[in-house]
Amino acid sequence: MLSRTAQIRLVSSHPEVYDPCDDSFALVDALLADRANLLEHRPSICMEVGCGSGYVITSLALMLGKDSSGCYFIATDINPHAVGVTRKTMEAHGCHADLVTTDIASGLEKRLAGSVDVMVVNPPYVPTPEYEVGQFGIASAWAGGENGRSIIDKILPVADNLLSDKGWLYLVTLTANNPSEICLQMMKNGYASRIVLQRSTEEESLHIIKLWRNLDTQLEVYYSPR
Amino acid sequence: MRLLTHNMLSSNIKGVTNGFPLLIEVEKVVEKQVDFNEDFLRNMFPKIEWKALVEASRTMGYTELPENAESSMLDSDEFLGKFHHALVELHLEEGALVCPETGRKFPVNKGIPNMLLHEDEV
Repeated sequence: MLSRTAQIRLVSSHPEVYDPCDDSFALVDALLADRANLLEHRPSICMEVGCGSGYVITSLALMLGKDSSGCYFIATDINPHAVGVTRKTMEAHGCHADLVTTDIASGLEKRLAGSVDVMVVNPPYVPTPEYEVGQFGIASAWAGGENGRSIIDKILPVADNLLSDKGWLYLVTLTANNPSEICLQMMKNGYASRIVLQRSTEEESLHIIKLWRNLDTQLEVYYSPR
Repeated sequence: MRLLTHNMLSSNIKGVTNGFPLLIEVEKVVEKQVDFNEDFLRNMFPKIEWKALVEASRTMGYTELPENAESSMLDSDEFLGKFHHALVELHLEEGALVCPETGRKFPVNKGIPNMLLHEDEV
């Protein structure tokens, strides 16, 4: 039977790259739980920002159909080692994604604007001192600055730009990141949201948020009488 | 890096207004067979900057794409085959992408372009 998620034994690793952990597994579990919806959604372009070991993008490609010739998978990471590891992980599973070493989506934003149907992000969400944010190497995988929100707050407007009208964003957050505030903020930009998975481990409490454009709300705004 | 991705990349250097398409410096091209999917090609077609794809595929050694294309051509199997080949089967394994305005090179190694900027370019 074909595995619907990446197999740990086939996931490549490197000392400077974040190995799959509870947060990665939670995100993949959330995607798996939504698999029927994702298949029905028929995304043309799926993107991961911060691919790390490649565990998540590989799992997404597998669960949407191994040859996935109907979908363009693209993944980025600021850490060149991570992108290299993702390449190996994908290859080991017989999957393919186009990979770009870059800061979030820099270089892709103009041309991919309004085109990404599914975006998945497991960001650096750990609250740390600001100076730890944006350091190259493995710390870039977790250092999230104040409330762990530095990188998340950079990613959200990029996602807003890249997502298609039917685009879905899956975002991993901690309680400390204030997920309800993120949802509220995004609501002001016309998004609906749902916490699709919550998981508490010994160390952290994870909330996977799913966000999508609430086109009905936008219509209401357009038609409301002055 | 497939030409689909090349078609989605533009120079991210601060102040650059004319950053697309990136020029391609070829060191190593690999052709990889990919399953044909008509729906995928039809979905991607409206997003593709055709001239950039033609130019890029020529740089990679493939000269079969017509100069111009319009959506009615998607009804032709022959056209679809060429579009498919250029878009997803030609890989730049080693080389560079060059900003058309500044000449700055973004290296491509093992099929992966590195778009990270230096501090003064951000």
